[in-house]
Amino acid sequence: MQTNSLLELSQISKGFFGIPVLEQVTLSVAPGQSLGLVGENGAGKSTLMNILGGNIQPDSGSMNWTGSAYRPHWPRDAEAAGIAFIHQELNLFPNLNVAENIFLADFPCRGFWIRRLEMFRRTKELLGQVGLAVSPQTPVVNLTAGEKQLVEIAKALHRQPKLLILDEPTTSLSEREIVHLFKVLRALQQQGMAMIYISHVLQHVQQLCSTVAVLRDGSIVGHGPVEHFSPGQLVALMVGRELEQHFPRIEHQPTDRLLLRAEALSQPGVIENVSLAVHEHEVIGIAGLMGSGRTEMARILFGLDSCSSGRVSVYRAGEMIEITKLPVSKRVQVGMALLTESRRDDGLCMSASIDENLGVVAGARFTVRGVLNKSLLRSSINRTREAVRLTPTASGRQAVRTLSGGNQQKVVLAKWLLNEPRILILDEPTRGIDVGAKFEIYRLIDELACKGAGIIIISSEIEELIGTCDRIIVMRKGEITNSFDRSHFDREAILNAALHSIEQVPA
Amino acid sequence: MEARETIVKLLNQSSLILFAFVFLTFGILADSFLTLQNVRNILIQSSSLGIAATGMTLVLLTAGVDLSLGSIMFVAVAVSGKLLFNDYSLAISIFAALAVGFLLGMLNGLMIVRFRIVAFIATLAMLFAARGFGLWFTNTRAMNMPDEVTQLGATHLLGVPVPILALVGIAGLTQAFLAFTPWGRQLYALGVDPNAARKAGIRVDLILWTVYSVCGGCAAMGGLVALSQTGAVSPSFGSQREFAAIAAAVLGGTSLFGGRGTVFPGTILGAILFQTIENGLVIMNADPYLYPMVVSIIIFLAVLLDTVRNSVVNQLRRRHIRVQLDASQD
Repeated sequence: MQTNSLLELSQISKGFFGIPVLEQVTLSVAPGQSLGLVGENGAGKSTLMNILGGNIQPDSGSMNWTGSAYRPHWPRDAEAAGIAFIHQELNLFPNLNVAENIFLADFPCRGFWIRRLEMFRRTKELLGQVGLAVSPQTPVVNLTAGEKQLVEIAKALHRQPKLLILDEPTTSLSEREIVHLFKVLRALQQQGMAMIYISHVLQHVQQLCSTVAVLRDGSIVGHGPVEHFSPGQLVALMVGRELEQHFPRIEHQPTDRLLLRAEALSQPGVIENVSLAVHEHEVIGIAGLMGSGRTEMARILFGLDSCSSGRVSVYRAGEMIEITKLPVSKRVQVGMALLTESRRDDGLCMSASIDENLGVVAGARFTVRGVLNKSLLRSSINRTREAVRLTPTASGRQAVRTLSGGNQQKVVLAKWLLNEPRILILDEPTRGIDVGAKFEIYRLIDELACKGAGIIIISSEIEELIGTCDRIIVMRKGEITNSFDRSHFDREAILNAALHSIEQVPA
Repeated sequence: MEARETIVKLLNQSSLILFAFVFLTFGILADSFLTLQNVRNILIQSSSLGIAATGMTLVLLTAGVDLSLGSIMFVAVAVSGKLLFNDYSLAISIFAALAVGFLLGMLNGLMIVRFRIVAFIATLAMLFAARGFGLWFTNTRAMNMPDEVTQLGATHLLGVPVPILALVGIAGLTQAFLAFTPWGRQLYALGVDPNAARKAGIRVDLILWTVYSVCGGCAAMGGLVALSQTGAVSPSFGSQREFAAIAAAVLGGTSLFGGRGTVFPGTILGAILFQTIENGLVIMNADPYLYPMVVSIIIFLAVLLDTVRNSVVNQLRRRHIRVQLDASQD
């Protein structure tokens, strides 16, 4: 389109394992222009940025950078071209000082030795540009989140980039820090720096960017000057799809019998005054952005992290018993289960076999006088494998690593089901698994609820929650802000509540 | 929050506190402990361990470990002893010992960097291989060194005993490299998170390789200094010195989790502390069978403090979702 574009993407497509993540994405950034990129979790924003940064290669399509073809194969190609990234997670080394972090890969040297005075002088200049008044010799561990973010920007500026890409830079900043960050970014814009600003916070995009692009399901569904879009239109574009995904019919009927009750749980800096109740045969969804405290709440409910005040109790043998102080092992005994959001890191032993993984939780139930009753365990394992419809071709001795994401998730689920839990907390149960496997997971959830379990599902996909839950609770900044009953499910209202971008939606 | 930061600060100074405690205790319990002559003795006796622990500190900073240090000491010293017996000059045999140490260290690095063997296992293999080679090479016989060796150990240069000079030289140079070269600073970065370091453009493998090589060289040098004091190579020479070296580094505040610690003052203080304990026990006429127990209790305390510090620091570093609204001062 424009002849003088700084960066042009045309028809970029990328799929993983046959599932398209980006489809024919065409975008351009003019010199000095700021582009806001918005979209739901999983819309393909990070994949697009990884392609730009040379972390992954597109399946098809081409990119142009300052007028010539651009095909980065490594992050350093992007760096050499003049594209700098500020990632959501900061990449600073806490044991080094500010100056060392900025110059880590290219210290100014004389012979062996670092020219420290030169390094400190240049660091001061860079810190001046980002308005950070700390000594270059301050250890990074002593900085606040906002200060670290500014150091990241100084580090990027040190490379003298032409394009700065910021991915959710405000997630862990206070209001005042955000105001300062924006002042810095605007000053950079005035000096002619082009930017791609990725954020869930639509006001921020509108304050900072001249154009905006909306990504949904891997395609650009809206692109133009930022004035042309109202926040409401942006939200509608982000979610605007029909429920084409299939969900099994909900069979379970929630009852009034309480299974789990959390009262005013608080942990300073993490969650604040969180109360919720889970009943028999009930499925509750937790919506919220990454970093809204939903995972942390689950960890506290399950006893992995401590809380400073509040009570957790569960129904057991006719009465509610308090479990606030009980360790995880005891909570498992009273029928709780938590499927963590990362099955790779803490859900499975990837190189161990399917059977070994399945036996981990429920081993104690099949132990007689200290000896594991293997045949009893085996028959239970086989029954559970059938219950979760784990691929019948996989032998029990096969390493979990060799399974598909969906089957891996079924192994995690089966592992807990062997223990016959009454309360299941599922954190992102369908992340990274294909549509067919998702459907089966949804059906399993419904089946479990039919049998009387109370289930909490944490998910970034609002549709998934709408399709499976009886009630949806929205979390933001560590608090429960809204609660929706099944009859009031409304995708835009829920997303708005999570984003808090427009006026408060009544509960 | 405030209280925790005070705790971290205290934990950071734990080695100095421990040092003062040990020194005072022995000073009170034994009259002859706090004499100039005894302090001088302690310093000279610490130099071999201090040099070896300097190399070990580099390895620990990368969150690795070198279990083969004592065996490398033995092989290096055995080679130099053999050369001396065959009438090679002192200079050549010293050089050969250092070269052998460096090469064995390189071999450790090769296993770890190229073949991705965990440092613990790679250096454990080297522990047995090098010790075995040394025993075969010396026919499991002790060698008594010619007098020139022990003379060298007793020589003074500018009024300072040579072992102390060697310690100060090596530790000082290493610390300077750690603090003031890209290699040193990048080493600290990779100790915290090797993957992030790789992404930041640091040549992680190259640095790891040099670290294990230098550690081998330091082991050889530490062995030579010990040889200049004892004057003999026995089949058990250097045996279990790797644990003393780890202890010295950890006592000096180096973290086993990587990325934290210094050679000077840290590890040097740790080595002196380690030697002080042994020296103090000797002066107090304690039962020699008690030495390992006393030493192990103190090492245990040091490692415990390191672990506590690490978990406290990790807790402080955990990401906060709810940001205190402008509670911070500007």
